[in-house]
Amino acid sequence: MVALIRRIRDERDEDAFVALFNHYAPRVKAFLMRSGADSALAEECAQEVMATVWHKAHLFDPSRASVATWVFTIARNRKIDALRKQRRPEPEDLPWGPEAEPDQADVLEFQQESKKLGQAIASLPDKQRELIEKAYFGDLSHSEIAEQTGLPLGTIKSRIRLALDRLRHAMK
Amino acid sequence: MTIKHHLTDALLMGYSSGSLPEAFNLIVAAHLSLCDECRAHLASFDAVGGEVLEGTSATPVSDSCLDGAMALIRGATPVEPAPVRPRDKTLPAPVLDYVGGSLDNVKWRSAGMGVKQAILPTSPEASARLLYIPAGVAVPDHGHNGLELTLVLQGAFADEEGYFARGDIEVADEEVEHLPVADISEDCICLAVTDAPLRFKGLLPRLAQPFLKI
Repeated sequence: MVALIRRIRDERDEDAFVALFNHYAPRVKAFLMRSGADSALAEECAQEVMATVWHKAHLFDPSRASVATWVFTIARNRKIDALRKQRRPEPEDLPWGPEAEPDQADVLEFQQESKKLGQAIASLPDKQRELIEKAYFGDLSHSEIAEQTGLPLGTIKSRIRLALDRLRHAMK
Repeated sequence: MTIKHHLTDALLMGYSSGSLPEAFNLIVAAHLSLCDECRAHLASFDAVGGEVLEGTSATPVSDSCLDGAMALIRGATPVEPAPVRPRDKTLPAPVLDYVGGSLDNVKWRSAGMGVKQAILPTSPEASARLLYIPAGVAVPDHGHNGLELTLVLQGAFADEEGYFARGDIEVADEEVEHLPVADISEDCICLAVTDAPLRFKGLLPRLAQPFLKI
């Protein structure tokens, strides 16, 4: 998946785009429909989400996010915009410099970490996993989310923290 | 700058899943702008969202969907680079977006005793306002119905829950009865968000706290 994004970024490779589209567009459509969109709106949004992936491929940092995570954040923002008609305040941009190309070893380690997180979520008891899914589809209130615990986030968080520190350091 | 008071897991997960009201999204984004610890924590919740998306059973899209996407990426209009967001040493970028780009543009209204406030334009399920509290002034207790978040952007305040300086966020539910006092060293500017709906009329003024009523 990371390689597909690179091909889009570096070569504007349409075959790579089609491969990504075939994997993610049906998932983004399902995600939006579970969040309350009808089929036509969900397809329209999925289309726009995938086009954003194409246009912003140069902003994807595989040492801090998996492709799935990146597509998720784009789809989530599209959902807030299209379904809830609200602005989405975003944090201040990180200072971004010439050393934007991350270290290959960091990328590999991070992508493995993401895979482990996926496996950990998949192996949670059904009830807990369903609650997490509901939270991300927007079916839980704040107080219901507050009761969520036990997500195995420690390792992936510290890895992202290190990547942020490196980025801040590179800017100084 | 060491931030001691952080966002809760529930707020980060709510921001990540996109289920918070706009005013809460604003204060979360403002804290994230100042706190790499929470930024990393948020990214781990986004990673959960990514895995949820990955594990979603796919709903087939129509043939025209791919055609439409190809048209979008081949379209002649190149993406414009995102405009450079204004910067300010006090207000983080997401807050600047709500006040016209500069602290000088904030439309303060007096709330008495030198305290000023400015309500920010967000969706009505929750409300956000900037507070300006002169150094050393105590804000009379303003009991709230639901959850109230207060992020310090300049100066500091202290209350029964602790000492809060720039970047610190206080998460107070309705049980907390607090009497914040601004630190003597500098005037204090905070972003405060509450999930109680705005009430402009219809209810009797609550005599005990006429002060920050909005």
